Parts: sequence; C-alpha cells; structure tokens
Amino acid sequence: MQTYTYLDNGAATRLDERVLEAMTPYFLEAYAVATSEFGYSLGIESKEALDVARASLAARLGASPEEFVFTSGDTESSNMALKGVALALGEKKGKHIIVSKIEDFPVLHSAQALERQGFRVTYLPVDGEGVVDLEALEKAIDRETFLVSIQHANQEIGTIQDIAAIGRVCRKKGVLFHTDATHTFTRVSIDVSDVPVDLMSVSAHTIHGPKGIGGLYVRKKTPIAKWMDGGFQEFDLRAGLENIPGAVGFARAADLVTDEENQRLTGMRDRILDRLLNEVPDTVLNGHRSSRVPQNANVSFHYVEGESITLHLDIRGFAVSTGSACFSRSLEGSHVIFGIGGDHERAHGSIRFTLGRFNTVEEVDQVISTTSEVVAQLRRISPLAPHEAPSEEAK
Amino acid sequence: MSQPYTEKVMDHFKNPRNVGKLENANAKATEGSPACGDMVSVYLKINDQTKRIDDVTFESYGCASNIATGSIITELAKGKTIEEAKNITWKQAADELGGLPPLKAHCSVLAVEGLRAAIENYEETHGLVKERKATTVEEVRRRLKKVMNPLVGLDLVKTELITGIMVEKGKVTVSVDLPETNQFANTIRQEVIEKIEPLWDVNEVEVRFAG
Repeated sequence: MQTYTYLDNGAATRLDERVLEAMTPYFLEAYAVATSEFGYSLGIESKEALDVARASLAARLGASPEEFVFTSGDTESSNMALKGVALALGEKKGKHIIVSKIEDFPVLHSAQALERQGFRVTYLPVDGEGVVDLEALEKAIDRETFLVSIQHANQEIGTIQDIAAIGRVCRKKGVLFHTDATHTFTRVSIDVSDVPVDLMSVSAHTIHGPKGIGGLYVRKKTPIAKWMDGGFQEFDLRAGLENIPGAVGFARAADLVTDEENQRLTGMRDRILDRLLNEVPDTVLNGHRSSRVPQNANVSFHYVEGESITLHLDIRGFAVSTGSACFSRSLEGSHVIFGIGGDHERAHGSIRFTLGRFNTVEEVDQVISTTSEVVAQLRRISPLAPHEAPSEEAK
Repeated sequence: MSQPYTEKVMDHFKNPRNVGKLENANAKATEGSPACGDMVSVYLKINDQTKRIDDVTFESYGCASNIATGSIITELAKGKTIEEAKNITWKQAADELGGLPPLKAHCSVLAVEGLRAAIENYEETHGLVKERKATTVEEVRRRLKKVMNPLVGLDLVKTELITGIMVEKGKVTVSVDLPETNQFANTIRQEVIEKIEPLWDVNEVEVRFAG
C-alpha cells in the first residue's frame, strides 16, 4: 500500500492514542451525567473528571477554572463570544465591533450576522505579512465600539498577532477583546494573567484531540449573555449535556503538547519554507517569516493553480490544502490572501502545509521534492509560465 | 473511495495530450484569465487548402477539469475541418470524458471557447469572415470584455477602465483609465491589440493611457 503523508493538520488532526485511552473510560464506565456532590457516585465521578479537565485547561492559559467554558469547538466558542457579548452589551454601549479582515469564518461570519442585525462592523486591514496595524485599530475604536475580535494566529498563513499590544489598546479604550486562539493554543504560549484578553476561543481538533470539543475563556465579570438555552451547565453560560469524554480528551491532548514538540515542528516548518523558496523559482511566502505558528508553512507558486497541485500531490500520497477558488466550496479564492494584498493568481497558487505530531523530517523532504516536481510539471503546460525559448507564435 | 472525477478525466489530467506551444501554428487564442481561475490557450495548424486542422495543442492554467477538457478537445479537433471543429460542444467534450462535476462546468467550457476563438482568429487573419461587417464601437467593446484588468481580476469593460473607443478609417483607438506608468499598462496594451487587430478592416490599434 502506498504510504500517505498527512499535512493538513490545520484542518483536523489524527487523534493521539493516549488521548483515546484517557477518554475511553468515560464512554464505557463513568458515562453518567455530571451531577452535584449530592448525586449518585457514578455522576460524581463524571463531575470530578470534568472539573479536573477544566482546571488543567484553564491552568494552561493562566486562567482560573470558572473562567473556562466547554463548547463544541472553536466555531461555537467564537459565535458565543461575539453574539453573546453583543446580546449582553449591544444596546447599552453602542453597536460597533471591530474584527480583522483575515479572521477565520467563525468570527468573520458571526460579525456579518451581527451586521445584518443592525450592528456596525469595521473590518480592519492587515499588512502584506498579515499583521494588524495597532494605530489603525486605535483609530477605528469609537464611542460605540464594545468589542474587538482579532485572532491570535491566522488559519491559512500562520501569522501571529501581538495580542498583548492589541489587548492594551482595547483596555486603554475600554472595549472588550476576544481572540481566536484555535491555531495557537499550546503551540504558542498564552497567559491571560499577563495578556489583557477578555475572551479566547480554543479547540481540541488542532492538537490531536477529539473533534467536537472546544472552549471559551471568559474573564471574570465579562458581560456575556447565554445564547444556548437549556439546563444550567457550564456556569449557566452554555446549556447542554457535558461532553465529558471530549473534555477529558481535550485536557489530555493539551498536556501532550510540549515545547520540545513545538520546536521540532518549527524546524520542519522552516525546512519547508527555506527549501521551497530557494529551490522552486517564482515562489512567494505567504505570511510572516518568523512570527508564525510552528505548524504552518504557506507559499504561492506562480503560473499554476492550487487544485491541480493538491490533486497531483494526493495521487502521490500527500494531503495539503490550497486557497484556490477551485478547491473551495464557495468557488471563491482565499480572503486571507486577498487580505494581505495578494491577487487572484497568488490565491490560486497558494499551498498550505500544516504539520502535526506524527510528521517526520523524511516526510517533509519528500513533500518538498514532490511538490517541486508537480509545480514544474504544471508549469510546462501553463500559458502563464515564461518558457525558455519562445516559439514562433501565430499572430 | 469516491472521486469527483472519472477515470478518463484523471487520465487526461495526469497525462495531458498535445500540450505546449505549437511550432508554426497559424492560429491561436487564449480564453479566461487568472482572475476567473482558469485559462486556456489553443494553438492550431490549419491546412490552408483543405481547411483541416493538421495539428492542435493547448496550454492550461487551471484545475483538473480545465486540463482534462483542454486535452480532450485537442483529440476531438485534430483532423477535423474548421467547420466541423466549430461545432464541437462542451457537452461532447464532457461526454467524451465520461462526465464532469457540474460545479466545474465553468472551468471546462473555456477549452471549447478557446478552440472556437482560435478558429475565428484563423478566419479573421485569412480573410475568411463571410459577413464582412464594418467594425463598430460595440464590436470593439465586446472584444474588450475578454481583456482582463489584472488589478481586480474582472474585464476592462466591467471595471470601467475604458473611457473611450473610437473607430475611424481602419484605426481603433481605445482609451484606458490607467496611468502609463502602471505596472500592468504594457500587458493591457498588448492584450487589447491582440483582441482588436485581427478584425478585417482594422489596420491600426492605438491604446491610450491616462496622463
């Protein structure tokens, strides 16, 4: 059987067996609903597991346990942050929120949904490397602004924002600050006792944890309305039967990410970027060269289209993704590449490699040489590619 | 595992036939642009006596459907007369490939359009256009819709870059609302000339830039 190398860890990751092992008892043994300490013993056991998981994840952020709300993933977390705060504050303080242009869909589309309900939204531009301009942010905040939502790192190009500085601007101006940390949680250190952030979305699916579990950090006293109604779970902020195996798995997954692993991923990331940029002509970097998450490498190859590249790579046993319109469900090119000033060709030719725990340097070298071959092959048939000896063309 | 593409599409995608520029081609056309995601160039060597397509090649900047359709269209066109080749439809090309995903129709239709445009290009450059209508401003405008504005990825007409078209005694003047110093000015000029010059009654094309 052909080996298959998975390099789309920014989309979803393979579960670590140790995570599965930690979760299994909560499917088969301690499967009861989490009850109060006055409940039956199986329910108390569930409750304890949930508490331990919560405390451990909160500690990773420098938060206290009651500031960490479990959700079904980062999509729900960001919906809850934007819509929950808008619901709690919108009428009191004004109706203006600020997001960056290159946010991932949970934030971007929540902002658009609020816009349809009469809120005003500023979509803050970023520079060519994907970095938000702090002065522009400060200028964009007006008397009606109640929330700023700027991601910690970008889902496609991996650029890390200076959330400490953004948080300080928000504090100074007296507005709340939410950050989507889906692609940085455990990969880039975050300490909310240091960084003035009020809400933060995290998820297990990007760190070899299970799908369907995430969390929202909510700083104490942050005004946020409950928008999923039902029972009184999660400090009465998010109703629904607790996903205890998920919570246990999320906590275990976070524990398994070490600095050493992040350094290893950084090394592989740099290898991909250095070699592709040096060895493949007419290739450009997408995102910031150094201020980027350890697991993300993204480049654009001129004169070729991304769906063709990914399909050729898939045939040869590699999974990667692209910002090409042809690849997307909406037939629209990547809003992130457009956001950093790229044109359609750059979006079409963009390829994202996202690394995970199970990737090796050998795989990285293989994907580099295979990508280089595929790009050369597609350029040979591309009308856009400059060919060495121009043949006599018909007029 | 289910694949969106048929085996035949994958075969033509992996090993496209008749690719590259054609030496001694006597007709060529390019359809699409990087902005609409896909681009196809078709090169033809047409026998001037028999009007048969002796040789045909294509180049593609695009997804799998685009490459596969470009490839199959060259196989379908080779050996046909230009009249026969003009009637090749997208449906025929798609059927020949065992079907294409509907979502990808827009990528694959370009190859068929490219072939037709290359034949038109031959007819125009070889004095074969039957109805020799005098070139009008409308005709020039229609053709300019195929020239892309690389700044935004839509055509020149749609993006309102054309501020004037004059047709006078075989000379066409097109005014473009971009400074001469713009990085794309030269590309735009060349593309405009390429689209307008083949018209039978046009001897000269001038592209004027603002400022």
